[in-house]
Amino acid sequence: MGCFDLQQNTLRDLNAELHRQGDLLRDGGKADTEWEVLNPRGSHAVAVGVDGPLQITVCGSVGYYCGGMNQKGEIRIEGSAGPGVGENMMSGSIRVTGDASQYAGATGRGGLLVIEGNASSRCGISSKGINIVVRGNVGHMSAFMAQSGNLVVLGDAGDALGDSIYEARLFVRGQVKSLGADCIKKEMREEHLRLLSDLLKAAEVTDVRPEEFTRYGSARELYHFDVDRADAY
Amino acid sequence: MSYTNPTTTPRKSSKFDDYTLSEIRRAAATGLYDIRGAGAKRKVPSLDDLLFLGASMSRYPLEGYREKCGTGVVLGDRFSKKPLELKIPITIAGMSFGSLSGNAKEALGRGATLAGTSTTTGDGGMTPEERGHSQLLVYQYLPSRYGMNPDDLRKADAIEIVVGQGAKPGGGGMLLGQKISSRVAEMRNLPEGIDQRSACRHPDWTGPDDLAIKIVELREITDWQKPIYIKVGGARPYYDTALAVKAGADVVVLDGMEGGTAATQEVFIEHVGQPTLACIRPAVDALQELGMHRKVKLVLSGGIRNGADVAKALALGADAVSIGSAALVAIGDNDPKWEAEYKAIGSTAGAYDDWHEGNDPAGISTQDPERAARLDPVAAGRRLANYLKVMTLEAQTIARACGKSHVHNLEPEDLVALSVEAAAMARVPLAGTDWIPGRSQA
Repeated sequence: MGCFDLQQNTLRDLNAELHRQGDLLRDGGKADTEWEVLNPRGSHAVAVGVDGPLQITVCGSVGYYCGGMNQKGEIRIEGSAGPGVGENMMSGSIRVTGDASQYAGATGRGGLLVIEGNASSRCGISSKGINIVVRGNVGHMSAFMAQSGNLVVLGDAGDALGDSIYEARLFVRGQVKSLGADCIKKEMREEHLRLLSDLLKAAEVTDVRPEEFTRYGSARELYHFDVDRADAY
Repeated sequence: MSYTNPTTTPRKSSKFDDYTLSEIRRAAATGLYDIRGAGAKRKVPSLDDLLFLGASMSRYPLEGYREKCGTGVVLGDRFSKKPLELKIPITIAGMSFGSLSGNAKEALGRGATLAGTSTTTGDGGMTPEERGHSQLLVYQYLPSRYGMNPDDLRKADAIEIVVGQGAKPGGGGMLLGQKISSRVAEMRNLPEGIDQRSACRHPDWTGPDDLAIKIVELREITDWQKPIYIKVGGARPYYDTALAVKAGADVVVLDGMEGGTAATQEVFIEHVGQPTLACIRPAVDALQELGMHRKVKLVLSGGIRNGADVAKALALGADAVSIGSAALVAIGDNDPKWEAEYKAIGSTAGAYDDWHEGNDPAGISTQDPERAARLDPVAAGRRLANYLKVMTLEAQTIARACGKSHVHNLEPEDLVALSVEAAAMARVPLAGTDWIPGRSQA
């Protein structure tokens, strides 16, 4: 296992090394696939642009954009994450054992982001295929303009959930303070229960059942501009 | 004897002119604001209101065609490991596949490459065609993040973080349903045929402090190889430029209100943002005060049409200019040869701006395969290259006449203004005087 101490090495050295390991794997070479990052102490841009099946454990809390644009990497953050954790991630997984700040998983296109604590506002904003599972609550404007993918919230959701949502699916187990424009409660059909069951399993959540959740999604009434609906905004 | 009041000529209001009346009727009939493409059409103080002095007893000119006048510019040499080396100080501005046809994007790439300069993606991501045909490609990082992925980020030659654009500072993108073809929908991860509104604000940062961290992230992802540009609309050029420098940009792209858009509200295009002429000096002030002029490069755009505009922008302190609308005209936009078809859709060559409707007779702002096939990307690319070369030669002609061995040696002292407004904005003397309004006594 490779080890990187951010008190002794620079962020540039860390990311360059992780990228080098990804290059080695793509070139068919032998790579160190397990990495431990010590003393992150809120550093920004930790393990960004990872491109390969590396297992990275970050021992402590991180600042902005940890795991940004991750491809195939499995990143575990043992602590809390600042804004934009897993932003635009493509694949792989990121697990935050603590809480996450704003815009967790923003614009994510794939992979799985698990937040064991709470997520702040705009969780899953503009998502494009990512799956996000939050054990706690999510803040206001979560899944704003969410295009596709799934957001699963075991706790409560704040104001304006799913505002201007496109085709993403939202599953909330607790209370929703309010729904945003064009976001409505939807019937939970068999296929949704199966999907939710798979998502919970992937996130290693075993203590709740899919039947406890409510599904929300787009009413699709604002897909084409209509002046008589202008006051929806 | 009866008195007959002589008739007077019917007089239309300058306030309620024909266009205004038609717009009121259109709004009343539809309940929708008017959406169109292109930039501001109203007359505003512009680079046309400036003149070069040329040589005289105290300045001697360089010999045309014999004495060298350089035109090259390097963009991105502040922090990035691989700056862009352009042969000419004119780049092609960001325009998306989606708003433009694949052939139009290819033509832009071919033309820019022939002329030794860069082209730029737009909202919607990078297509293999434009990457393939552009030797130097700037990849826009937009609020929508449509099509954004790290593989394309690494394929790009530079990254342009779009904060705003001149046609609509503070506005997001808009692509109406008729242009959301299956390919465009797939690239943007949206249902086919819906009206697509792009966000006006980035989803994961707000303010310059966040932006500085975002730039570090992008540099880390790309191993500090790629120049980072920040594009801003002409809103608060002094502060925006200063903050872009502080956030860590290599290049600031400043787009005045004459800059075009694929589609936005007419009221936005004509009433938000400042003229290009008014934006330059405040931006250069910011760079000079920070000791970063010519270090963080300034690219000016918004209504640049010819070599005189290029020379004037550089004389006022820009390092390069960028063209969008003019490049489209060069490849065939609004060509009178399609006049019958422009008339059939209620427009005329030279005025066609319903780019969002996807019915462009010239095959440029469309996703319709039959129309798009009208544009030959090879021939259109050649036309763009010719045009870029002419602009460069024109700028060189002026620079030589002012005695400059490089277009970057042009300076404000080479200019006078034709109007008080232009003199105040450009901070050069009103022609025939030594008066710079706001700077010196009349």
